[in-house]
Amino acid sequence: MDLIIEGIKKAFWLLVSFDPEVLGITFLSLKVSGTATLISLIIGISVGASVALTRFPGRRFAVSLINTGMALPPVVVGLFVTIFLWRNGPLGVLGILYTPLAMIIAQAVIATPIVMGITLAAVQQLPAKLRLQILALGATRLQMVWILIKEAKLSLLAAVMAGFGGVISEVGASIMVGGNIKGYSRVLTTATVMETGRGNFDVAIALSIILLLLAYLINLVLTQVQQRERAR
Amino acid sequence: MSRKSAIFEVRDLQVIRGGSLILNIPSLVVSDGEILVLIGPNGAGKSTLLTALSALLKPTRGEILFGGRKIGTEIPLLQYRRRLAMVLQEPLLFDTTVQNNVASGLKIRGTKRDEAEPIVSKTLERFGIAHLRDRSARTLSGGEARRASIARAFATNPEVLLLDEPFSALDPIMRETLLEDLEKVLRETKITTIFVTHDRVEALRLATRLGVMNTGNILQTGSADEVMNHPVNEFVASLVGVENLLHGRVIKKNETSFIASVSGQDIEATGPLKSGDPVVLCVRPENVTLSDIVSGGPAGRRNTFPANVERITPMGPYQKVQLNCGFPLVTYVTSHALSALSIKQGTEVLASFEVTAVHAISKASGTSPP
Repeated sequence: MDLIIEGIKKAFWLLVSFDPEVLGITFLSLKVSGTATLISLIIGISVGASVALTRFPGRRFAVSLINTGMALPPVVVGLFVTIFLWRNGPLGVLGILYTPLAMIIAQAVIATPIVMGITLAAVQQLPAKLRLQILALGATRLQMVWILIKEAKLSLLAAVMAGFGGVISEVGASIMVGGNIKGYSRVLTTATVMETGRGNFDVAIALSIILLLLAYLINLVLTQVQQRERAR
Repeated sequence: MSRKSAIFEVRDLQVIRGGSLILNIPSLVVSDGEILVLIGPNGAGKSTLLTALSALLKPTRGEILFGGRKIGTEIPLLQYRRRLAMVLQEPLLFDTTVQNNVASGLKIRGTKRDEAEPIVSKTLERFGIAHLRDRSARTLSGGEARRASIARAFATNPEVLLLDEPFSALDPIMRETLLEDLEKVLRETKITTIFVTHDRVEALRLATRLGVMNTGNILQTGSADEVMNHPVNEFVASLVGVENLLHGRVIKKNETSFIASVSGQDIEATGPLKSGDPVVLCVRPENVTLSDIVSGGPAGRRNTFPANVERITPMGPYQKVQLNCGFPLVTYVTSHALSALSIKQGTEVLASFEVTAVHAISKASGTSPP
């Protein structure tokens, strides 16, 4: 119990003292996970909406792949991204393993199927005749897709929350492709794992509280937007 | 009508789905400014025809000409669609305000906000929903949503308006007020309209021309009066409310009329039928009058028959009276008339109808004589 109380005290102190190392780790976490979520939104929404709106051979297989991708284990992603970015790997020439960029790639790979799967379900749930109505209003196909995405915006906000929540909290891939390098590729989750391993439970608890607060604040903002839209 | 130019011309239009021919229109011309109402039961192909006309469905064969130019080749599809507006059965409004919904067609066309604003305001006024402009479409009642949906189509100032049962699932009061407003706007704007419905009352209110559809075919087109009183076959007759379809055979030919025997009773009708021809005589129930036996029926009316009242069914303002004259006959009378004549189930009355109120469909050819 003392351990937890000490941890909370420490967390409070680290927060109010604006500890530069903690701040750096927090900003990097936000930067990596925010960028990865943004990338996953661009790819996930376009592919998810396209699959929802088109019929092609093997579509069911593609949908099942996307749905499976929603439960992709981060360590598996970490492993494959590491192999790809390894010196002798297919993309080894880029030399980006153990960099924040590698972490962004890995996290984007994790978040993209989540966003894609939610988008697919959201767009599929819209009334089938809505597409006809939009085209009948004189829309091009691109305008139609854009209007449909806007119509599914409440569900898409859930996709943002799920995608961001998935990557800000993952540790396996980040540690594997980022290397948890101090001041360079250390994020909240990897730092928590390290501090726990060292027995520095107070710091680990402090980092966890910051992580929880961060996740909560971002989801709070998104939930506010979602519920305001809903109530309009 | 024939003097007006054709806005639509459909040639050999066929739609085949799952191996079945669901639409087969050898020819259809829609003139500029007319309100063509297509009536038919569910599955008649009305909506399919509308969807094909709006180029949202690729026909299996055939072509559609718009203003004399082939759509898809001589007019690009997008350009063509932007000259029409279609309202589907459900309002399908966007998840935004009423104003933004009504403006959506204009926005899609790239109309600037300040140019769109006066058009949207005028359209909202026209359809009586100006007070709802800032309301979310999600909070609208069924009637308000239909108004917004029709206003959205109108705001784009289309050359042709395609309406696919826009009043379905509305309560009678809402339907009536919306029908009244739409009727007014259509008469004012003189916009060419194709209106699909399965409701006879809606059809008769709006149509400058009526078309009857079934199983993917247009069975008859003509003025409302022509279709109502001179249906080409039994299906059209029953669809337009001819409840008395009397099967018989011509037994005597006069100079301008003929006598047909129906269940042993002689009925006089007009038409160029020959003696011995099988015939179906169509008598609209509103053309059948009842009188008491003592009065002897309307003077000089040749088709007068003693009848037994078999059943009386209340139908709102009217009572449906089913008679047995040797052949079954249906008529509608007001409750007041029913009590004035002391008509009850089992009463003996005289049922009569004019010779000219009988429309004959020759069974020899399967259609009505010219």
